[in-house]
Amino acid sequence: MIPEIGQFALIVALCIAVIQALVPLAGASFGIQRWVALAVPAALAQLLFVGIAYGCLTWAFLSHDFSVLYVAQHSNTKLPLIYRISGVWGSHEGSLLLWTLVLALWSGAVALFTPGVPRVMRARVLAVLGMVSCGFLLFVIGTSNPFERLLPAAAEGSDLNPLLQDIGLAIHPPLLYFGYVGFSVAFAFSIAALISGQVDSAWARWARPWTNIAWLFLTLGIALGSWWAYYELGWGGWWFWDPVENASFMPWLIGTALMHSLAITEKRGTFKAWTALLSIFAFSLSLLGTFLVRSGVLTSVHAFASDPSRGKYILGFLAVVVGGSLALYAWRAPLLRSAAQTRLLSRDGTLLLNNAFLSVVTGAILLGTLYPIAIDAMGGKISVGPPYFNLMFISLTAPLGVLIGIGMLIRWKQDSLQRLFDQLKVPALLVVALALALSLALPQWLWGAFLGIAMALWISVTAVITIHRRFHNRALLSTLRSTPAGFYGMLLGHLGIAVFIIGITLTSLYTQEKDLRMAPGDSYTVAGYEFTFRGVRKFNIENYVATRGSFSVRSSDGGFQTDLFPEKRIYLVRNNPMTEAAIDAGLTRDLFIALGEPLDEQGAWAVRIYYKPFIRWIWLGAIIMAIGGLFAASDRRYRSLSRRRARVSQDAARQVS
Amino acid sequence: MSRSILPLVVFALMVGLLWHGLSLDPKKVPSPLIDKQAPSFSLAMLEDPSRKLSTGDLAGQVWVLNVWASWCVSCRAEHEVITALAGRNLVTVVGLNYKDDPADAAKWLQKFGNPYAVSVIDRDGRVGMDWGVYGVPETFVIGADGLIRYKHIGPVTHESLERKIMPKLEELLG
Repeated sequence: MIPEIGQFALIVALCIAVIQALVPLAGASFGIQRWVALAVPAALAQLLFVGIAYGCLTWAFLSHDFSVLYVAQHSNTKLPLIYRISGVWGSHEGSLLLWTLVLALWSGAVALFTPGVPRVMRARVLAVLGMVSCGFLLFVIGTSNPFERLLPAAAEGSDLNPLLQDIGLAIHPPLLYFGYVGFSVAFAFSIAALISGQVDSAWARWARPWTNIAWLFLTLGIALGSWWAYYELGWGGWWFWDPVENASFMPWLIGTALMHSLAITEKRGTFKAWTALLSIFAFSLSLLGTFLVRSGVLTSVHAFASDPSRGKYILGFLAVVVGGSLALYAWRAPLLRSAAQTRLLSRDGTLLLNNAFLSVVTGAILLGTLYPIAIDAMGGKISVGPPYFNLMFISLTAPLGVLIGIGMLIRWKQDSLQRLFDQLKVPALLVVALALALSLALPQWLWGAFLGIAMALWISVTAVITIHRRFHNRALLSTLRSTPAGFYGMLLGHLGIAVFIIGITLTSLYTQEKDLRMAPGDSYTVAGYEFTFRGVRKFNIENYVATRGSFSVRSSDGGFQTDLFPEKRIYLVRNNPMTEAAIDAGLTRDLFIALGEPLDEQGAWAVRIYYKPFIRWIWLGAIIMAIGGLFAASDRRYRSLSRRRARVSQDAARQVS
Repeated sequence: MSRSILPLVVFALMVGLLWHGLSLDPKKVPSPLIDKQAPSFSLAMLEDPSRKLSTGDLAGQVWVLNVWASWCVSCRAEHEVITALAGRNLVTVVGLNYKDDPADAAKWLQKFGNPYAVSVIDRDGRVGMDWGVYGVPETFVIGADGLIRYKHIGPVTHESLERKIMPKLEELLG
């Protein structure tokens, strides 16, 4: 009965979404206020019904209802509670339902928390979101029904993919979806603005906080995925340029460009067309990501459930959404000429350059991701590997690092080369000297390390100068209070990049890796740490059997000592082996042990040991960036302006009545 | 206008490429075993573990090997298709019961019906490994000359039975 309620709720939600998509839009065009007013209640009602459907599927998981095919395929009576909750999004059908729920949540948030946005504009935005929602609800109901029955019911479910039975991966998809789907809000604002023809700085101000929040979720989601790959896959890597990773990274890069471009549009009223285009791209790339993951056109570790008929639907949907938006853009963009000129030597110019670099990087990643399909279409089989991506990415983002520093200090509108040079020559020399000293202190001189450290220092030093400039000769407390949160957001975002650069530079250049054959009692020294293997033991735990290796680790000077227990697990229901690496995490280095295979009857094992310097800084950097995003989104300006505006419009309404 | 239409054109080209990409199958990495001698095995029969079936017993005839297990939900999905295939009495359909408890497997066959001429027990999955099995279910078509002629990964649907497997069988049976 409960699954049927869920199914029914989805159909009701679809009907509401159709109303939400059409009626307010028509009302806005023809000036019918009652139709316009329908947008907010429709969005909230849709949220309610999608929420009910989602609740029903969760209930089916919690109550072990194996008469629901999806539950029978992805759960088991032995599955721990937390993974029954997260199992809902463990595969295709449920992921899509989660996606739809997140979209409904964002729409609900737009309906409730945009007091300053004119009603007609809000109605248009919600209508666009309603259209996207129609597409996803049709997809769920038509091709991916999570409530499909299995009759007769299975006595036992076939368990959740063991890879997904992990806390990191349990929260990775929701974070990512909040990011992906969050870009739909900026997208909807752009489409609404293009429809009305009013692309102005007010529009940029409304779209900014939403973009920042979506971006911060995406940042956390990607970082969590990378952290998970690091400790769970047992290869010691943290980024693989896998098509699905790329699919999440491309919207992130474009989203980053969009945040900067919105800043110019709001501040200077320029680049309107470009900003609108970026917001279309950011969401399109999110949709493309869904297509790549769900259609099976690319092989990937993530392609859990791929099906060409679903692929056709998503591609059709993608074509309608993106094609339609780009056609609208082609029609309206010529109206968006901005009067002001942009000079390269200004903050506007550096922001434009930042946009150019980010877009080119995204284009190159897109090319590398789609190239195998193109080659396949011509009859060959290739895969584009990390060497291409690494070379391309590093050479295109290095100039971006230099730009960050300049961009924080350069003036809006126009600056002079002389002034910049005077200001930057001392910091630049300081950075080179410091970087030289630090990289000479490393175990081995490498140019890459020097450049990476110099880049991170450059960003940090310019950030410090930026702070100094703001607080210099002013009362600390009042400046602290008057400084907009967006300023701190910008600083944190950039410092996060600096921390991240340190992390990837040192990890990729100074990692030590050993593949060893170790019998009980053997010890081996890696990077000044002595690893002693004590043997393995077997354990039976809830839904798996673990073979647990025991190692003691000691630093050569004796100051550090710990025990590590890497595991090989066999998940019983599916008979799936999994590697659970043991990691001793630290701010300046991780020690990482993964068990390979047993080698002989005497208890010798293949063992992989890694020494990974500064790897935590990669995720630390991402967290700092995300906090920056939070600051930027919470800037008082968005709220106070919108509140003031709301008051003005209320007064106006009162006067009219 | 001309410049602002550019994104649309580029996007249209990309959609064309992706549409074409859908009809291709990246998983269709040509199996190294196609047109190679089928790996031999000699395994105990599920129905009567004291008797053994070996590949030699099937020499000279066209046969189908279907890899299945009672724990595999997709095997249940393809069960009726395999039953339909066996019902045509064209070829011998042998089941390879993969990494399964024989008692569970026997119960499964009793419950849903047994389409197989015979099922053999590959409890530790070693024979499956020889055959390059990497997911259950998988289905192989073996010719009278003992060469593997076709391999299907994942559950066989009515469509793939009619479109892929039957033509192959008819070709082999002459």
